[in-house]
Amino acid sequence: MKNELIKPSGLVKSTDRRLFLKRGSLSVAAAGLLLIGCNDDEQIPMNPGVSLGSGDTGILNYAYALEQLEAAFYAAVITGGYFANANAEEKQIMADLEKHERAHRDFFKAALGTAAIEELEINFSSIDFGSRTSVLGAAKIFEDLGVAAYNGAGQFLVSADLLLIAGKIVSVEARHAAAIRDLINPGSADFAGDDLIDANGLERTLSFSQVLTAASAYVITPLDFSQLPS
Amino acid sequence: MNLIKLLDTLCPDTNSPEEKDMFFSRRESFRKFGDFGKKVALAAVPLAILSSLPRIAKADTASLIGVLNFALTLEHLEYRYYQNAIESGVIESADRVIFTKIRDHELAHVKFLQEVIGNVLKGTPVAEPKFDFTVKGNFSPFTDYPTFLALAQAFEDTGVRAYKGQAANVMESDVVLTAALSIHSVEARHASMVRRLRTKKGLDTVKGWISNASIGSLPAATQGIYAGEDNVSHAGVNVVNLTGIDATAVSEGWDEPLSKDQVLGIASLFLA
Repeated sequence: MKNELIKPSGLVKSTDRRLFLKRGSLSVAAAGLLLIGCNDDEQIPMNPGVSLGSGDTGILNYAYALEQLEAAFYAAVITGGYFANANAEEKQIMADLEKHERAHRDFFKAALGTAAIEELEINFSSIDFGSRTSVLGAAKIFEDLGVAAYNGAGQFLVSADLLLIAGKIVSVEARHAAAIRDLINPGSADFAGDDLIDANGLERTLSFSQVLTAASAYVITPLDFSQLPS
Repeated sequence: MNLIKLLDTLCPDTNSPEEKDMFFSRRESFRKFGDFGKKVALAAVPLAILSSLPRIAKADTASLIGVLNFALTLEHLEYRYYQNAIESGVIESADRVIFTKIRDHELAHVKFLQEVIGNVLKGTPVAEPKFDFTVKGNFSPFTDYPTFLALAQAFEDTGVRAYKGQAANVMESDVVLTAALSIHSVEARHASMVRRLRTKKGLDTVKGWISNASIGSLPAATQGIYAGEDNVSHAGVNVVNLTGIDATAVSEGWDEPLSKDQVLGIASLFLA
């Protein structure tokens, strides 16, 4: 059931409302055909996507998936038109973030070993890498999402060592997020804005499904997180 | 806060293993609750989780109270520091929006921790200590803006490391761990902002993230705040060797914890 949350937003990626409605109706028709097919033969395999796995391994793969997304994003940023024309400060920030996220991604892959999920197929067609507004807007989404994802997942980790490692990374993601937000709205309180932080001074947390639904706007590979702890 | 009444109904006097399990063995209890547990896990606000737990054991909370009182001590320090600065007028007018927001967060953290310690865990929140932010006349943070910014950076980076160091000590409670993580990332946002602000003003060359164990232009006395931040090995993986990325960038990508004793050593400098 949970995977159904992922697929619809994947369809609406970079499409306008009319196109979405058109595809939506196509999907309904396709679903009807599929149901008929299922009635005829229940053995038809439904592709559940790439399984993140269970337990702490599943959570590491969840982090690995997000780091893959971030690393791919900054790899595209530093070869794009915005970066080429950015000022020195913004160039340094983007170059740093590219290295940090690439290091995170490769670390998780190494730590997971044979349990690591495959390289995800990612589509950034909705982002204009020549546009400062588009790049910084996407960076803000990814960094804020990463923080909320780690904050939400921490409680499910069994290993104290892995919890510490997640803690080491999440604060760096928060540092990134604050910097990106300050580039967008310099000198304001947005670096730790009320859109993320509640009256108790606590930053938002997001569940696995909320995070992966948001990520599915860019991650084409379907992810099955049904075995993650809950 | 009407939270108090709510929580009064949640705290039975019991020492039974089952009751302890409800609160401490969170994964087990979530499994027992089944679908209910899933709903709880999806709640966005930790306080909502608190109010959803049917029972919280009073017993064996001493360790949690100890950790949270340690955190509360740091939040008292941060709040009082920013409050004094705002009252003193040392903060440049253009930056007041930043430090008012930070002050508000620190005050919220103080109140939140007092609530959890006092009304959830039935402990006694530590009183605010008397602080001496001049460190016996050596610093002038409330008359010299660069000094104010330098100490603000020191406090925020210390706060990030302090919460990180305690994560494993509160992981037996989902509620407390998630709250601690949610404060931890806010402190990191503050730290990033203050660090970059200092560099924008030409006071330092630090970035939003910590490069190696560099103190930048901070006083030498702050070295303990950054000790160990140059670590590039995690879970037995040397990330420099793994990726070929330079050690400075790798060190920036992971923040390191400090122990309670290390943090108290730093904080004690500012106790009157």
